[in-house]
Amino acid sequence: MIKDQEFLKSKASYCLDLAKKMGATDASVTVGHSISETVNFRNKSLDASDRSDGLALSIETYLGKRRSSISSSNLLDENIKTLIEKCFETTKITPEDEFNSLPDKDLLAKQISNLDLYDETRFENDKKIKYLKDLEESASSDNQIINTESSFTENKSNFVLANSEGFCDGYKTSSFTASCVTVAKDENSMERDYEFSSKRHLSDIKQATDLGNKAANETIRKLSPNKIGSEKISIIFDKRISKGMLSTFASAISASAISRGTSFLKDKIDQQVFANSINVIDKPDIIKGMGSQNFDSEGVNSNTLQLIENGILKNYLVDTYNGKKLNLKSNGRSGGTTNLYFENGNISYEDLMKKNSRCLYITETIGHGSNLVTGDYSVGATGFLVENGEFKYPVNEITIAGNFKDMFKNIILANDLEFEYSVNSPTMMIEGMTVAGK
Amino acid sequence: MSIFFDKSDLTRQDTDKIVSETLKNCDDGELYLEESKSESILLDDNKIKSSNYSSDLGFGFRAISDEVVAYSYSNEISKDSLKSSSENLKSTLKSIKGTYNHEIPKTNKKLYEDINPIEQKTLKSKLEILNKVNDFLRKKDGSVKQVTASFAGEQKSIEIIRSGGEVITDVRPLIRFNVSVMLEKNGRKETGVYGIGGRQSYDDYLKNDNWKHVCEEALRIASVNLESKPAPAGEMKVVLGPGWPAILIHEAIGHGLEGDFNRKKTSAFHNLMGQKVASEGVTIVDDGTIDNRRGSLTIDDEGTPTERTVLIEKGILKGFMQDRHNARLMNTKSTGSGRRENYRHIVLPRMRNTMMLSGNQTQDEMIKSVDKGIFAVSFGGGQVDITSGKFVFNCTEAYEINNGKIGSPIKGATLIGDGPSILKEVSMVGNDMMMDPGIGTCGKAGQGVPVGVAQPSILIDKMTVGGTKL
Repeated sequence: MIKDQEFLKSKASYCLDLAKKMGATDASVTVGHSISETVNFRNKSLDASDRSDGLALSIETYLGKRRSSISSSNLLDENIKTLIEKCFETTKITPEDEFNSLPDKDLLAKQISNLDLYDETRFENDKKIKYLKDLEESASSDNQIINTESSFTENKSNFVLANSEGFCDGYKTSSFTASCVTVAKDENSMERDYEFSSKRHLSDIKQATDLGNKAANETIRKLSPNKIGSEKISIIFDKRISKGMLSTFASAISASAISRGTSFLKDKIDQQVFANSINVIDKPDIIKGMGSQNFDSEGVNSNTLQLIENGILKNYLVDTYNGKKLNLKSNGRSGGTTNLYFENGNISYEDLMKKNSRCLYITETIGHGSNLVTGDYSVGATGFLVENGEFKYPVNEITIAGNFKDMFKNIILANDLEFEYSVNSPTMMIEGMTVAGK
Repeated sequence: MSIFFDKSDLTRQDTDKIVSETLKNCDDGELYLEESKSESILLDDNKIKSSNYSSDLGFGFRAISDEVVAYSYSNEISKDSLKSSSENLKSTLKSIKGTYNHEIPKTNKKLYEDINPIEQKTLKSKLEILNKVNDFLRKKDGSVKQVTASFAGEQKSIEIIRSGGEVITDVRPLIRFNVSVMLEKNGRKETGVYGIGGRQSYDDYLKNDNWKHVCEEALRIASVNLESKPAPAGEMKVVLGPGWPAILIHEAIGHGLEGDFNRKKTSAFHNLMGQKVASEGVTIVDDGTIDNRRGSLTIDDEGTPTERTVLIEKGILKGFMQDRHNARLMNTKSTGSGRRENYRHIVLPRMRNTMMLSGNQTQDEMIKSVDKGIFAVSFGGGQVDITSGKFVFNCTEAYEINNGKIGSPIKGATLIGDGPSILKEVSMVGNDMMMDPGIGTCGKAGQGVPVGVAQPSILIDKMTVGGTKL
């Protein structure tokens, strides 16, 4: 059973009291409990099962403007006492930092609305097994599929965040995740692809057969790829990849990257950074949203933020510490974005595909080729050559490269946005990127 | 007294009983107990930004029957908790009919000392060094706009209890010191990163003001990048420098030779054993037995002593890296490659220190032989698609080569290649094999483990460079 709020709150207040007693001027504590059960299948039979049950505690103690932190998974009172002592001793010799402080009291979340983030349904392992059987049956129906691996994870979590300003709140969340990876083979090649579905509520998970079929189809169509020559070409990014572009953007506007001066978007507030048709929104209160939250990791209330309005950068993602450095108030984004998305563009997917007579459609990228300081981008890629709106043949062993500063200004979005994950994007086209191949 | 039992209602006798009873009809399994203490201290933006200490304690209980692995972990070490894990394992493995395999080889050789590096150096002296790093770099070069420096230290104690009461233990220290510097000049910003580390005390790595050398190296890389021009795009010759660039070997070859992917036949290498996969000059080993290296382990996380595993010998594929589970199913022996990030994770076959051995050519010969290509000296990270065999890695310091001479530095670019064929393109192998500085972490299935790499300079005849200049 997942520990209740009462248990977590009692641990949290034990920690705060102890820290205060030792002489800490302020303190903040997070206590969490999480239970997770996973069943893995491979080639239509049980491969592994995994159960985890974990408590976690993290404490920050302040002595004026000095601060340090500890974390542990051992919640025995005796251990907590030893750790807080150690933490406070460390705090005493850590140099002062004028920007260290708890969040401003008036910014803390006052009321918790029910965002329907917890589904108490227990999906027994036998039912997970039945789901995965159906999934792998459909995933392996084509004889070009030579290996299937799938898994179902059920997670239930509960947490409490408390600080010495009197904030003390938390709530339960759940997630159910089904995923499938398939391997297909023909005389020329072996390829892998995947599909997954992750939801707060069990009833919203994709049908097992749909998920299996999708994974298999995505994999089979990659077989017998070609390498193309090096050229400038328009690139269409599948939703899987375009949402990653949005995550990169979010990292570049975090108050930490901005205050340290290590972002290519520093000093760009109120300036054009995207094409003027682009709007980017971060909305924390979507019912059942995978990224939804009532408050951020410091307890600060988070409201919907328009990050990009008609291509213009309107807001950074601000936490308390870096906010103070930048002279900005926290906007409840300590810990990053919530439900982040591009608003729909005004062209259909079909029209986007036909916009150029020849383009490259990218379904997967590999490598860590995004440089947030310079904006340079260079990654390995897999996809398809598209001619006159039709997929011609699969392409791999190529790289795509550009610089985000130019790429962002050349984005064209389709109108096929769906809310599947915590970061969502319509299909995206960027004209004039460099492909390196043969 | 054991650290795992002295604060619990669980006794060693109870534990032995539960473990033996749970695993009695299984093919394999063990109780893995782990205690870790770790610290991270970060200086950033002229200030000590964070100082964190963490302690973690828990167990992972594993039972294997034929191909099925049941796993349960908890961070509560108690009789109830262990019993409920045992029930959970038994309910997963409904029809157990295995034969328990007891055999674990022994080792007398320890590869590192039982030290706790965190306690061996005072916090005050660590803070002092971080502040010295900051002052040193900012004074040395006026274009330094940002300095980040960090210490990370850890002591991990593990105890493996097998059916029948056999107990195997290990205490593993690990430290890392890292410096990152950002320069700004004429409106351009570039960063340089360098670090050192391994399984000794902080002072073993920092003696003789060695932190200065780390600072200078980070600064040098950033300065080179400030002068860099756009990288070329397309297929060309690539000379790789010695040491850290061996992450090419790690990505291109290493992952594909891990036992699990080959048992499942999802690796591009699974049907190439005994075949020629590289030029004749290429020999690659994965060695877990080098003293004090970041990727070394006295025993792996299943209790098997590590070894030097030959993967490729003179171009021929000779071996895979195995944990016990995959080895048993493939009818071979564990190579001491069973590793896990911590008690929360299952064991997987993983790399330790992956090394290409020296040949007899020089880097000069390689550069002179190239009309048009690039010379890559340092890398960020890499990634591989095991199944298609395609891999990438990102240059963080590279130069163009024109008519046998090193030219201007070029911007960071991704290089992409095909694992099973790239080593056939190696036409020269240098005599200058070097280990990396001790900073690598490898990710697989959501688990990060410390690893090392090594190689001499090599010349690759054909590889795709992902720049922007056509």
